[in-house]
Amino acid sequence: MARPLHDPGFVIDGFRLDELVHEGGMAMLWRVSKDGLDAPMLMKVPRIGEGTDPAAIVSFEMEQMILPRLDGPHVPKFFAAGDFAQQPYLVMEAIGGVSLLKRLPDLPLPYDEVARIGVKIAEALDDLHRQHVVHLDIKPSNIMFRPDGAAVLIDFGLSHHDQLPDLMQEEFRIPFGTAPYMSPEQLRGIRNDPRSDLFALGVLLYFFSTGERPFGESETLRGMRRRLWRDPKPPRSLRPDYPPWLQEIVLRCLEVEPGRRHPTAAQLAFDLSHPDEVKLTARSEKLTRDPWTTAMRRRFNTDLTTPRKAPVASQIASAPIIAVAVDVGEQGAPINAALFEVTARILATLPQARLACLNVLKTSAIAIDSTLDAQGHNKTIDRLVRLKAWAAPLKLDERRLTAHVLEGTDPAAAILEFAAANRVDHILIGARQDSFRRRVLGSVSAKVATEAPCSVTVVRAPREA
Amino acid sequence: MLIALFADVHANRQAFEACLADSRDCGAQRVVLLGDVVGYGGDPDWVMDRVMALAEDGATLVLGNHDEAINGSASGMNLEGRIAIEWTRTELGRHARDFLAALPLTQHDGDLLYVHAEASHPERWTYVVSTVEAADSLAATQAHVTFCGHVHRPALYSLSATAKMTSFTPTTDAPVPLLPGRRWLAVLGAVGQPRDGNPAAAYCLFDTASGNLTYRRVPYDVEAAATRILQQGLPPFLAERLYAGR
Repeated sequence: MARPLHDPGFVIDGFRLDELVHEGGMAMLWRVSKDGLDAPMLMKVPRIGEGTDPAAIVSFEMEQMILPRLDGPHVPKFFAAGDFAQQPYLVMEAIGGVSLLKRLPDLPLPYDEVARIGVKIAEALDDLHRQHVVHLDIKPSNIMFRPDGAAVLIDFGLSHHDQLPDLMQEEFRIPFGTAPYMSPEQLRGIRNDPRSDLFALGVLLYFFSTGERPFGESETLRGMRRRLWRDPKPPRSLRPDYPPWLQEIVLRCLEVEPGRRHPTAAQLAFDLSHPDEVKLTARSEKLTRDPWTTAMRRRFNTDLTTPRKAPVASQIASAPIIAVAVDVGEQGAPINAALFEVTARILATLPQARLACLNVLKTSAIAIDSTLDAQGHNKTIDRLVRLKAWAAPLKLDERRLTAHVLEGTDPAAAILEFAAANRVDHILIGARQDSFRRRVLGSVSAKVATEAPCSVTVVRAPREA
Repeated sequence: MLIALFADVHANRQAFEACLADSRDCGAQRVVLLGDVVGYGGDPDWVMDRVMALAEDGATLVLGNHDEAINGSASGMNLEGRIAIEWTRTELGRHARDFLAALPLTQHDGDLLYVHAEASHPERWTYVVSTVEAADSLAATQAHVTFCGHVHRPALYSLSATAKMTSFTPTTDAPVPLLPGRRWLAVLGAVGQPRDGNPAAAYCLFDTASGNLTYRRVPYDVEAAATRILQQGLPPFLAERLYAGR
């Protein structure tokens, strides 16, 4: 059996234990240092010995497999691992920020702050899901914020990685997670649905905006099972000034059936960053829970137990955010029909995709522009109306469609900025027809295609016969 | 060291050549053949020459049930399999037949074990198709990792310190770290006759330094392999199934 590690100054594989920073039921966390490595590092050492909970070992094994496979700003960087035969440990980046747990005494937080926190966490989840991982233990103590504001998800001991054996699933037939945050399908043993993390985030948003946990704190399986059919009290019944758009988003996250939640974390982040664009349904205003008949019907849910066939990454890829740049100004007309055709064809193959229609209102670099045109109409509203008219024949569910008038001196830059901020997966844009204007003004589509962080389709109107 | 492991080549020259080339490109330094180099396919002569040359260069080999049937009985096989064995016997020379007759059922390599089928009774040619057979196999050995073939469908089983079994269908090209705290049974897909719905030839790369196991798939000239089967007058079904990987 491995020798327990508990003395400061102890050195293993070159890592020196400097300070014990946390001692939990399953593991100890040490601040460590190593010659030649400048980064602040933590070493996680599982508690292994007589009477160790097998779950502690298996979850440590899972983290040992998953962490080295992850990268990006939303996870701690992996440095080293030691195996079970000698001394099991994991060395990872010590995040130089604060844990979300620190905010609990301040609850409830202002609504706009809850939304801001929600966007950051949803962005981190989107990044994680795209790396084939469902976290399955999203809660304040597993979320940190870097000094630049980016959310970092920690503790992958209960996570599912699509391309690795799921040791937790096989070893324990009972669900593992944190009771107040666990999704209904997770309770039923489904571990590869990324929307389980959206449910947990919904619990967190509800808690942070109302100060109450939507499903209480019951740790018993019986108490937890209530969420399989009973919806939580609407936040507006707790705080009468609760904004309808936020209730719409939070209750959508907390839908019992995953199919009724946002399809992806990126789409949830999109809603949280555009409160004015959130399509309000009956959910947004309700003050009481669903009637008993609805709750009873949920007892026959099959969505909660049907095995997910598609890999996590393809579940995400099937629900992209598509942005289409439509020139509803004077020069746009000839290309718009072609752009419409392409948009319609792409959306037809992706029933979960959402579409953001963009138009750039060009502002002068020097003069202060009036928001009114020569006839006294508000230019932004005028453009929005025209964007929506362009999109109307697509007959999209309103939850899948938003319209945005961006302002900027450089249209390409405005589109690129929107795409990066909203995690757009695919930009559709028309090429300018007029070669003279293109030569003089430069091509917007060429700049977008060159610099975009995602796929770009440049559309041209068909040549006239 | 990077080890390339091949199972169930089944006299499919095109698939074997493609996998060998791919493993060389990946930097594999050693070759392990997990049995059934012949049977079903139309190029036993070429494949046996290649295999014997690899053996001379230090490759590790174990016996498969089709290899055994060349010098023994094919009575346990289906009709197509028996027809192919009868024909292969007439094709192979004395030297190749003696080579097959001398192959061992298992080979140990440090804490790795190579075997064609379930390891508790390798001579029974039991298919490892679930955690039941995988548990029997793991219980019979001390090896950290057992590699086998025979099933023609890739799978990965593990046994935890608390004696629980896990099973997993590997993702192509996604390395799985075979953690030292548990014991593993890797079932390879077939080089020469895949049956998991993917017609591409299957083999594995195991990195002994990192403990990473990677399941590879290599597209090859199925048409040429199928044509050879038909040219030799073997049952057309053996050619058809290569296209679908069934």
